[in-house]
Parts: sequence; structure tokens; C-alpha cells
Amino acid sequence: MSESPLRIALVGNPNCGKTALFNLLTGARQKVANYAGVTVERKEGRFVTPSGRKIRLLDLPGAYSFESSSPDERITRDLLLGRYPGEAVPDLVVCVADATNLRLHLRFVLEVKRLGRPAVLALNMMDAAKRRGIVVDVPELSRQLGMPVVETVAVQRSGAKALIDLIDRSETQAPHGDPHPENADDLHAAVRGILVAAVTIPRATDARDDAIDSWTLHPVIGPLILAVVMFLVFQAVYSLAKPVSDAIGDGFGWLGAQAGAILPDGPLRSLVTDALFGGVGTVLGFLPEILVLFFFILVLEESGYLPRAAFLLDRVMLKVGLTGRSFIPLLSSFACAIPGVMGTRSITDPRDRLATMLVAPLMTCSARLPVYALLIGAFIPHRAILGVFNLQGIVLFALYVAGIAGAMVVAWVMKRLRRDHREHALLMELPSYRLPRPRDIAIGLWERGAIFLKRLTGIILALTVLMWFISTFPSPPAGAVGPAIDYTFAGYLGRVLQYPFAPLGFNWQISLSLIPAFAARETAVAALATVYAVAGGDGDTASLGYALAHNFSLASALSLMVWFAFAPQCMSTLAVIRRETRSWRAVVISFTYMFGIAYVASFLTWQIATRLS
Amino acid sequence: MLLTDLARGALACVARVRDAHERDPIAQRLRDLGFVPGEPVRVVARAPWSADPLLVQIGSTRFALRRAEAERVTVEEVGVAEGSAA
Repeated sequence: MSESPLRIALVGNPNCGKTALFNLLTGARQKVANYAGVTVERKEGRFVTPSGRKIRLLDLPGAYSFESSSPDERITRDLLLGRYPGEAVPDLVVCVADATNLRLHLRFVLEVKRLGRPAVLALNMMDAAKRRGIVVDVPELSRQLGMPVVETVAVQRSGAKALIDLIDRSETQAPHGDPHPENADDLHAAVRGILVAAVTIPRATDARDDAIDSWTLHPVIGPLILAVVMFLVFQAVYSLAKPVSDAIGDGFGWLGAQAGAILPDGPLRSLVTDALFGGVGTVLGFLPEILVLFFFILVLEESGYLPRAAFLLDRVMLKVGLTGRSFIPLLSSFACAIPGVMGTRSITDPRDRLATMLVAPLMTCSARLPVYALLIGAFIPHRAILGVFNLQGIVLFALYVAGIAGAMVVAWVMKRLRRDHREHALLMELPSYRLPRPRDIAIGLWERGAIFLKRLTGIILALTVLMWFISTFPSPPAGAVGPAIDYTFAGYLGRVLQYPFAPLGFNWQISLSLIPAFAARETAVAALATVYAVAGGDGDTASLGYALAHNFSLASALSLMVWFAFAPQCMSTLAVIRRETRSWRAVVISFTYMFGIAYVASFLTWQIATRLS
Repeated sequence: MLLTDLARGALACVARVRDAHERDPIAQRLRDLGFVPGEPVRVVARAPWSADPLLVQIGSTRFALRRAEAERVTVEEVGVAEGSAA
């Protein structure tokens, strides 16, 4: 068939399983989670029905109501009304409703119906509804709503069959029956009437959720559970991932040595062994740590625990001028500030959103881990504290705490400075608990691992080679006495940069590594590896930590770690802030305040540490 | 009585949602989410610090509401035996 594809839009309340249904229909790789507002981007997919009909499926942002001023809900409404610039009106609207939460979700279905567009209802999560003994009289519900109704189970492979069949039969007429009333109270009354006629709900809540919540939200035990969960995650990053990381580092060292044995002596051999195998291997070695961290964030997100954590922390976050909702974007920022900044779209309030975005880069992202891991490994002794914890883990934990504390102070200062003191709402839904599905976790990990590797092969590889080039050429003149690197471009650049950074205890090699670190923090490790491998003339990047420990002091190392905790780094983060706020003002504010804090904090660290030692 | 004064686990019905000021978007949102007269409501949990926010069950959904938000909702307590259906 050569007809143009049928445009279908998926709409529904947050947490109705819309994103999972979208993935099932299109096979698109997209994050599935049951936290309110995860579907904040425009997502489109294509699929072909069994009869050969081409479908363009649009996944619209989740919405509770069209009455509000939230940007997500405005997009959804405008698009369905054909008022959204550059978007055609959908031919068919598929309303998705959680069958276990019809009291809330049907009201929105009635709002959609009021728009008068051709619509069908997908009753999602029918498996959970059956487990809880909820009985839906589908023909009666369809009659009451005046639109076709099908059952779906988005987390099962064949769970959308009824919906696909319905689309195939192209029953796309506008809903019939009485137009439902305008007034909010009357819409609710209409929902109650429909529920009485078509749905039996034995119990308003899931007994399982009640039981879990009585522990996780307990005023004393709840925060304890949260603290233990967070602490275990950070310990796990160190103890689970470290052996794998070491093995990868050793493997690349061995490969480099093998390649070096084949190649003739000269610049090419040094490029391959030092820059390619050395630099890339060092950075790649941190992939296990990043994946372990992402694994825990994904599990917490998918299980429904994260909104509970937001509930427990709202009061504290509010005190410093944020909101409980800031918790999720800030936690994501521990993996990377970019998804964190983008995740602030789930904060409906513009003021809270901007505040969260400005402090998100202070959270210790995974790209800082390589730098921390290198410096901690080289300068902090591997010593057991109280029998179970090790000193290195505690220093890492302290660096994470420094980032969090810095963010709280900055948010609090911003709260004091701003003029708008109006009330801003929390109003956050706590969804049912769900068992995280291994497939969703695997897809999430795959996506994140791929992003890291793409950056590795792209920016990081290019910068590694560039670093190798400027630290190799020009060669020292004949009869030169100092180390070869002193005569190179890198030596020159580093010596210029060391003047502004000398008060922080940075030597010229460190100052030099800050340049690629602005492109991507983790490249600082590769840069140091390149510079020191060349300077030391030994080419073995596995002993980079050893080389560092003999080239600068503990005070400088501490100062550099503090610099990395606060500095405005990674231009991608600044670019994403620009894109999300559409203003350079936010970018300039972020850069300036972070540079200021980093400079002062590193200065103090170095001054104090040199006096104490 | 106000929703904030309701004992944890006690069953009540929403009496009304009061606008804190003219054209109060938070009150409007509460009504959209199901806080309408006659709807069964229950306080499920209170957060550790200053009992703020509250976790409120309305219909079959749970919402975290800050005290300032929950104070907009007036409720009438009902017997424990009735009103368990959604």
C-alpha cells in the first residue's frame, strides 16, 4: 500500500505505562520508568500492522489535566488540538489508562474525549488489575465512554495484540455520546458514574504497596533505609567494579606492549602504545564503574522507590530552596549531568527547575570517577577502617558529600537572592511498586554504555591523539639537556597555564590536563597518562598512579580532587543548560559560580594541606 | 477539619478545596487530581521532618502533598467501617 502513514498519538496520565506500550509497539529503545514525568521528550516511532498499514506513533508527554500551565501538559493539549507549530493533528488518539488506577485516569480520558478527536482507550496493566481482583466490563466501559476499549499488558510481548488489531480495522471515528461537562466536579461525577456501571474494585490500594510503604516511608526506618541504600550503592561501585576495571587496564597494557614489540622504534610506536592503547585503555577501564552506578540508579527508578526517596527528602530539599522532585534529576547527575539537566523537565515549576539545573553539575558525575579513582589510588593508602570500610572508599564518599554540600549551599544562596517568594507546589504521585524487569535494565545499561563508548571513540580518542601530538612535537634540539617534553607545545602551554593555577598547587602537567578536561573530564586521566608516559619515558601507563605519586605532593592531589568536585567542566553540560533554558544567562551564571567555588576551595585545600604536612 | 489534622489511617471524605488566593492554581490542580466533595481520602504516611509532606490516598492514587497544599482541603471524618470502595 502506498497511502501515507496513519498518525497515532499515545496520551495518558503519568505512570500509566505509556512509554512501555510505545516500546512494545515500535521496538524503540527508550527509557521506561514509573516516575512521574519521565516522558518529557517528543518520541516518535514507526511500525507496520499485520495487514501492511504504516503507522507513525507519537508518544506525548504524560498529563493529569489540560487545565494546568505545566509545559508538558500544554504540549500535549496543543498537539491534540492541532495548535502545535510544525505538528499535524493525529488521525487517532490512543488514550492509555492504568486499569488499577481508573478513578484518576478516566477523568483525563474524558478530557481527551472532549477534544472531539477520533480516540480509543487502551486499558493497560491488565495483569496487575487481575492480580488485585479488579474486574472491568469492557463492552459496558466502551458504551459508557463512547469509544472502543481494548485491554493491553505493555510488559508482555503479545500484550498489545488487541490494540494493533483495532488499529488495523481502522475504527477511527470521533467518540460519540454526550459531550462531557466542562466543570471539574462534574467530570469527576461522570467518572464515578462510569466506574459504578463498568468496574468492580475490591480494594482501593494494593496490599503489597501498603506493606512496603509502611517500612520505606516510616519516619525513622524510612530515612535509615534510604541512607543504607545510598551508601551501599557507592561502596558497590568501588568493590564490584574495581577488579574488572583493573583487569581491563592490565589487558590494554599488555596489548600495547605486544603492539610495541612489533612496531619499529619512533613516533608511530609511541602513538600506538602511549596514546592509543595507553590513553584509551585507561579511560575504558572505568566503564565497569559507570555501569555499576547506572545499574543501581535504573533499578531504583524502575522499582518505584525513587519517588519515595523524593517524599522523604522533600522537606530538606525545600529548606535549601529545591523540591523533593529535584532528587531524581540530581541523582541522575551522579551518573552524568546531561541526563540530569534534561530530567529537570519533570519539575513542573520553572523556578524550581532552574535552581535544580544550576546545581546539578555539582553532583559527582561518573566522568569524575576516573580522575578520583586515579588520584585516590595513587595518594590514599589502602587501609581498613573499623574492619569493614576502606579509607579509599571513605575519601571517595567524602568527595561525593562535598559536591552535595556545595549544591545545598549554592541552592540556599540562590533562594536568598531571588525575589519570587510565592508558594510552589509538590503534588507528586507515588506510583505502585514494580519489580524491575531485567530486559528494561539491560536496555538502559546498553544505552548508557553505548553513549560512554561513543564519547570515548569520538572526543576522547581525538583529544588523546591531540595530546600525544602536542606533547611529542617539536622534538628537542640536538644537544638538549632537559626532558624532551619541556621543548614541546604541551610544555609551553602548560607553563603558561600554571601561573593562574600555581596558587592551587597545580604543576604545569596538571594545568595542561585541565584543557581536555573541559571537553570531557575523564580525558584528564588520558592526558596525564600521555604527558607522564612521555615525560618519564617509560611508556607503561599501568604505572601512571606510581608516576603521579612521585611527581607531585599529596596536597596537590587533594587540591586537584577538590577542583574536580566543583569546577565548571564538560562543555556538553553547559551546552545542554543552554538548550534547556534557551538563555546564555544560565550558562554564564553556572560557569562563573562554579569556577569561583572551585578556585577558592582548591586554594584553601592546598594552603591548608601544605601547612599541615 | 483540615486534611492536615486528620489522624493517620482515619477515613474521611473531602468536603471542599479552598482557594488560598484568587485563581489558585494549586487548588485547581488538587481538584483535577480528584480532591472533590464526597471523595474518600486518607492520610497514609507523614514524612520524617516536621511531618511534611503528607502522603495522601485519594481514590486509588497516592499523592505527596506539602502541609501548605493539604491545608487547602477540608475533610469530614467518617466511620472506619464504610467507604472502603473507591
